Formats: sequence, structure tokens, C-alpha cells
Amino acid sequence: MTQDTATTPTGPRADQHPLLSGSTSLRRRKAREWRLKVYGVAAIGLSLATLFVMIFTILRDGSQAFYQARLTFPLVVDAAIVDKEGARDPAAMAKVTTVGYQRLLAQAFLAHIETSGVPLGDVTEKEAGEMISRDAAGRLRKQVLSDPAIVGQTITVNAYATGRIDGYLKGRVTRASAERDSLVTPAQLDLADRLLQAGILSLGFNSGFLTDPDASDLRPESAGLGVAIIGSVYMMVLVAIFTVPVGVAASIYLEEFAPKNWLTDLIEVNISNLAAVPSIVFGILGLSIFINFMGLPQSSSLVGALVISLMTLPTIIIATRAAIRAVPPSIRDAALGIGASKMQIVFHHVLPLAMPGIMTGTILGLASALGETAPLLLIGMVAFVTTYPSGPLDGGIMDPATALPVQVYSWASRSDPAFIERSSGAIIVLLAFLLVMNVAAILLRRRFERRW
Amino acid sequence: MSVLLTVSLLCLLAVAGFVLCRRRVLIMAQGDTRRLHSLPAYYGWHGALMAFVPALALMTLWQIAQPLVIESRLAGMFPEAMVEDTSVRTLLFADVRRIAAGLDAAVAKGTMTPDAAEELNTTDGNVREQLEASGVALGAEVLPETLAAAQQYRAAASMAGTVRSVLVLTVAVLCVFLAYRWTNPDFRARNRVERVMLSLLMLASLIAILTTVGIVLSMLSESFRFFSMFPIGDFFLGLTWSPAFQGSSELGFLPLLWGTLYISAISMLVAVPVGLFAAIYLAEFADRRVRSVVKPLIEVIAGIPTVVFGLFALVTVGPALRDWFAMPFGLGNSGSSVMTAGIVIGILNIPFISSLADDIISAVPQSLRDGSAGLGATKAETISQVVLPAALPGVVGAVLMAASRAIGETMIVTMGAGAAAKLDLNPFEAMTTITVKIVSQLTGDTEFNSPETLVAFALGISLFVITLSLNVLAVWIVRKYREQYE
Repeated sequence: MTQDTATTPTGPRADQHPLLSGSTSLRRRKAREWRLKVYGVAAIGLSLATLFVMIFTILRDGSQAFYQARLTFPLVVDAAIVDKEGARDPAAMAKVTTVGYQRLLAQAFLAHIETSGVPLGDVTEKEAGEMISRDAAGRLRKQVLSDPAIVGQTITVNAYATGRIDGYLKGRVTRASAERDSLVTPAQLDLADRLLQAGILSLGFNSGFLTDPDASDLRPESAGLGVAIIGSVYMMVLVAIFTVPVGVAASIYLEEFAPKNWLTDLIEVNISNLAAVPSIVFGILGLSIFINFMGLPQSSSLVGALVISLMTLPTIIIATRAAIRAVPPSIRDAALGIGASKMQIVFHHVLPLAMPGIMTGTILGLASALGETAPLLLIGMVAFVTTYPSGPLDGGIMDPATALPVQVYSWASRSDPAFIERSSGAIIVLLAFLLVMNVAAILLRRRFERRW
Repeated sequence: MSVLLTVSLLCLLAVAGFVLCRRRVLIMAQGDTRRLHSLPAYYGWHGALMAFVPALALMTLWQIAQPLVIESRLAGMFPEAMVEDTSVRTLLFADVRRIAAGLDAAVAKGTMTPDAAEELNTTDGNVREQLEASGVALGAEVLPETLAAAQQYRAAASMAGTVRSVLVLTVAVLCVFLAYRWTNPDFRARNRVERVMLSLLMLASLIAILTTVGIVLSMLSESFRFFSMFPIGDFFLGLTWSPAFQGSSELGFLPLLWGTLYISAISMLVAVPVGLFAAIYLAEFADRRVRSVVKPLIEVIAGIPTVVFGLFALVTVGPALRDWFAMPFGLGNSGSSVMTAGIVIGILNIPFISSLADDIISAVPQSLRDGSAGLGATKAETISQVVLPAALPGVVGAVLMAASRAIGETMIVTMGAGAAAKLDLNPFEAMTTITVKIVSQLTGDTEFNSPETLVAFALGISLFVITLSLNVLAVWIVRKYREQYE
């Protein structure tokens, strides 16, 4: 338009032409276009902003779960407490409960405070002892029982501080909130400050978060993701074992062999509908068929994997069929031309060529299965599990376990705010797994994708 | 003999079948493969399949039938009254199985000798404590009949296991022998193997149907049991939801339906405009570089597990809405609310709508846009008057599918919407949905004989019907009104 008017010598001057200077109606129309663009940019900005806020809050809260306040002090494993008979007989020593060890820890801790010259201030000796996590006694007991030789020796204990002290160092607990809290006093926080300066209390990386099992409401500081990670890994491996052969077989049948009849139509309709069924419905299916009817154990990774497999199967079938369809017909024709049977065409030519696509689709399907939570709640995977499942060959898939996303949910529903931090930490681990799987899928696609 | 061991032996037999049959045919052809009907490997595969398929089919059938047969025989050990009612009976046998498994575990751990496990009875000491010592937790005290039945069950199961393994392996050996006998150069091994493969492929594709049948049957049968205990009219038309485990609970569906629809409506109010505007911008205005960055970023949202959104609702969105909107305007003081869950589900659905709508808008042919531009329309006018009407059926389909996802969403509402079932208009009040109640009625210790538990199945089937009909409607609209372009 600009050029047209510009090359017309008899026309009015450029800035006066109604097409350029704009009548009010044109301006209105242009403004509408501008508004539409602004709405679009705003919509995109809003969704991306939410995404970033979400990721940011989770990283901010969750990164704290990887750090933990610890108390370091020397401890004499006193034979008078842990081994009254002095025979170093493990059976006799096992009679000493964690209460005894707790006393031992508290004594050693107080003694170390005194020798370091840190004043206790308003904190009673009992309250000071309570700053050590209840988890530490159990650990010490296990250590002593597994190695009775350390009785009588001096060892360095590196015990967790309680969740409240930990929260204070991370800024979650303040003096104001301690006033209202029955689990911690402001005086204990003052002592924590002094211990921090004396180097007895320190904040360090906590690998136990990734390896320890879950812990009860009273000990948020020792809750870890060990069982959940094992459960999730078992489930993903089983889901891959169940879905890949079945999904690929079903896709091959539907793409290459299925005659056009009512049965095939029914299968097609079913697959597309199953992909849209709410995940919780699969949980109901798993509960009534796998647990109530078949009698498989509740909260086991096997049942979880079966349920998730049924859910993931439609996704994998849809992706696999797309990959098979992308192999050009000329390949099939060529194979047919040199005398291959239909089955040989599929297994010798089509399937290998479609493999990268199938793998990519499968990994993406597994990634979405990894984050699935709702059906697992119904089959009991939300249970409180503190023992690791056994190895995969010892029937570990039948042992109670939890899964990463379920752990996120069950920690989020605990009352202690310390668990919210753990819940976000679990999400970071979950997202790291998802990231790895998605990057693997993208790399696979980049490396092997073929354009015909 | 365990299932795993039997299957491993079957695998060995299959390998043997493969090697034997392949060798035989090669010897018969004197090493000249041209005399064979099929390639040598097909004879081998025939042998392997013969070893595996019939035996495995037999084993599957046996595994399904075994508990049923044993249970019907053990039923005679209990008083008539206990086994009459099917639900009581199911629970009873669940107990029997659990105790049997407990005894097995105790024997395996060495805390109980095999003989002690068989001779254990309720008169000498506390069975529950003895089992607990070996790490098996039991709910209630064990009845003498149950314990006796469990011991019988163990004996029967171990005998049945032996018989099964022997039978299965015999069948496998017989079939390998048959395959070996049939093997000769004229035998049409490839055709047979391919026929078996084809039926295996078909079986795999039937799993989709089986799953649907399983879903419908499992929910229908339990729902029927529920409706035999609880009047159907009170369920579908009831206005209050207050389950009381002592009985006399009111289980009205309408408050849950209202909460579900309210939350979904709010989520659609967020997702539809944002998703559509984002799709329009990406499809019509954005240049390729922006598009190639922004589109995957938006789709990242779709890849994040819903439980993460749930935590986001619980920790961030809920308290923010409460402190900035609900409290200042006196609308309530609850962190979990319809608004919280609705907004977060809306965010979750944005990428779903935007990527579907983007595809649909991009599929509208360029010639329509060119024609419109040729008539002097601005880009915005082209979009609103030409492109969108042409894309409308697809967009409506996408919106309906998003609505169905919002209705079936569980984790976000469980963590962000609250648990109080009410019929209220205030969006800052906590309300609850069908999915939340399914979760809460079915988690924890549940016994499948009270209407309070069974109601979850009725809720489940209602949810299934609602989401399924929305999806069917979406597909129907797309099919019926779709414009076909060349």
C-alpha cells in the first residue's frame, strides 16, 4: 500500500492519505488487532510466570530439605549403660532400649557443652538433651549392636538436631513462633546460636534425605526418600516390562494386520477412551480386581505397577502406532517384492525402523506414569512404610513400598511445617527423574530420528 | 514349586525345543536349507512356542481357578451363617489368606518350624502375638475356624502348587515331543509360527477392551451392592453428605457434584481464555523463533505431575488467596477453597487447550486467510471472523476434553479444595468433589461391606459416566461439524 501511494504523483501527500493517516474506524480496527496481540502476550506471560513462580517456590523450599542441622560431640559408649552384664553378648545388649541410649547421648552432649565452655543459659539440662533428634538414639543403638567392639571407646557422634532447631537455622522457626510452640523454647534457640558459634551445631548436606526411610510425625528431621525411590524404580521397571511388549504387539496388530471390522473399531474406540478416563478410576479398578479379587498384597509395587501399566498402555499404543505409521510404505513394498512374508516385513523391517520413535514415546509415557499419584493412593501406597522392600529377586515387588509422588502427598498432608520442606525436596527429586527421562527422549529423537 | 521356578523351567524347555527341532530338520534336510519349506529358525521357533504357549495358558487358567476351588472346599469348615453373605465371606477368606501368608512368612523367617505352623491352634497362646513376632500384622483376634482353615489352605495350596507344576511341565514336555515328531522338511513351520504370533498380537490388542470391561464390571458390581444397602434415590437426589460409620449416614451425591462442577467451571474460566489467546498468538502472530521457544515451555507445564500442582495450591496459591482476597473482603478464612483448586486446575489445563487449539488453528488453510486479507480485513478481523469460526468445532472439542480432565482431576482438589461437602456459592469456601470423596472413602483401613466404603464405587461410576460422555460429545462435535479442506 505504501508503495502504491508513494508512486502516485497526483495523489495527496502521504501523511494525509486516509489509508495511512487512518480514519477513526481504521484506527479502531488497528487498535483491536493490537489488543488481540497484547492479550496473547499477556496469556503467554501469565502461564510462563506461573510456571516460573511454581518452580521457584519448589526449588526455594525444597533445596532446604537437602541440608540438615547436626550436633557433633564425642561420646563414650558406656558399658554400664549399653551392656550391663559386660559379656558383650548381642542378645543381652539388645535388651537395652533406645531410652537408655537417649540418656547416654544427652549426658555426652551436656558434658561436651560444658567442656567447650558454652553456657546453658535458661535451658534446663533436660531441654538441652531434647535438642538431639530422637532418631539419634536408634542409630547409635544399631551401630553399637552391629559392632559391640566400640563399647567402652570414645566415638564422635554426628546426630541430627530436632526439626525445630533445624527449622531455626533455616529461618522457618523464629523466637515468636517458639513462644507458641510446645516442642521448642526461645531459650533453646539462644543456646542453638551459641552452639553454632562453638561449632557444635552445624548445617550440612544431608544425604540421608535420599536414602533413609520415612519417619514419624515426631521426627521430621530423619524422614527420607529411600523407600519411595526404591518403590518408584521397581514400579517403573515393572511398568516398562508390562507395557512395552503388550503395547508394541497391540500397535503392530492394529497398524499392520487388523482387518476393518467391528472388533477393530471397538478396540480403537476403547483405546482412545481409556486415554481419557480419570486416573482415579484406574485406582478403583486396581483395588477391586488386583487386591480384592486376586488377593495381591496391598501397597506393593507390583499392584502399583499393574495399575499404572493399564493407565499408560493407551499412551504407549498411540505413540507406537504413530511411529509405525511413519515408516514409509515403500519399505514394506520392497520387502514384499523380494518375497518376505507379512510377519517378516514387520519384524525385520518396519519394527527396527520404528524403534527410535517407539523408544521415545515409551520414555515419555513412563515419565508421565512416574508422576501419577491418585490411583496409588487407593491401592494403599500412601501407607507409612519404614522398612525397605527386599531385593527384586527376593520378592521385593510384593513388599509394601511407597512412590515418590505419593510421598510428596503424604508429607504435604502432615501437620508439622517441617514436612512441607521435605515434600518440596521430594518434588525436586521427582522432577530430576522426569528431566533425565525427557532429556533422554529428546536425545534419542535427535540422534535416531529419520526423515523419509 | 513356585511359579517363578516353573516359568524358568518352561523357558529352559522352550530353549530345548528350539534347539532340538531346528537340529532335527537340518539333519533331515542333510544341511541343505533349500529343501526346507521354511527357514530353519522357524522350525526352532515352532518347538519353542509349542513348549511355551499351551503350558503357560494352562498355568494361567490354573492360577485363576485354584483359589476359587480351594475356597469353595474350605467354606464347609465355617458355620453356614458366616459364608452365606458374599461380602462377609470375601472378608473371611481374605483373613484366611492373610493368616496363611503369615504362617508362610513365619516359617520362611525361621521363627516357626513347619510343624509348629501346622499344629498351631488358638488354645495354646495368642496366635496374633506369635505371628506379630515374625512381622505379620493381623487386624483382629483369630477365630479357631479361621486358623484351621488357614492351615488347611496352606496344605491345599502347597499340594495344588506341586500338582500344577508337574502338570504344566508334563504338558510342555509332551508338546515339545509332538513338535519334534511333526518336524520334517515339508512341515509348514513358518505358517504355523506366524499364525500363533498373529493371535498373540491380537490378544495384546484385546487388553484395551479387557481393561474397559474390568473397569465397568468392578465398579458396577460394587455399586449394585451399595444400592442394595442404600436407596438409589437418596444417593442421586440427596442434598447432604455426612458419612457416619455408626450407620444412618447421609450420602447425597448433589453436594459433591456441585463442588466438582463449580471447581471445573472456575478452572475453565482460567484455562479457556488464557489457552485460546496464547494459541492465537502463537499460531498467527508469533514469529518462528519465539514460537520455537515458547511452545515447548508452555508444554513443560503439561509434563509436571499433578501432585506438584497440588502442593503449589496448598502452600502458595491457597494462602495467597486467603490473605489477599478472602480475608480482606470477609469472604472466609480457609486456605483451601473452590477458587484455589479452580485456578490451579486452570493453570494445569492451559497447555492442554493451547496446544490443541494451536494445532486446530494451524490446520485452517492459508487460502482462507489470504482471501480475507484480500478483502481488506485486518489480521484480527481475519482471526475472529474467518479462522476461529472455521476452527470452532475443534476448539469446542478441546474445551470439552479439558473440562472432562478438570472433573476427573484428583490430586489438586484433594490438596487444595478441602473436604467439606456443601452447597454454597462463595468461591472462597472449602468445598469438595467426587474425586476427593473417592479417595477419602477408600484410603486407610476399609472394609468392603459398609455403604460408607461402597459409596466410592457408585461415585466412581458416576465420574466415569460424566467424563466419558463429555469425551464422546467432544468427538461427536468434531466429527459432525468439522470442515473438510482439500
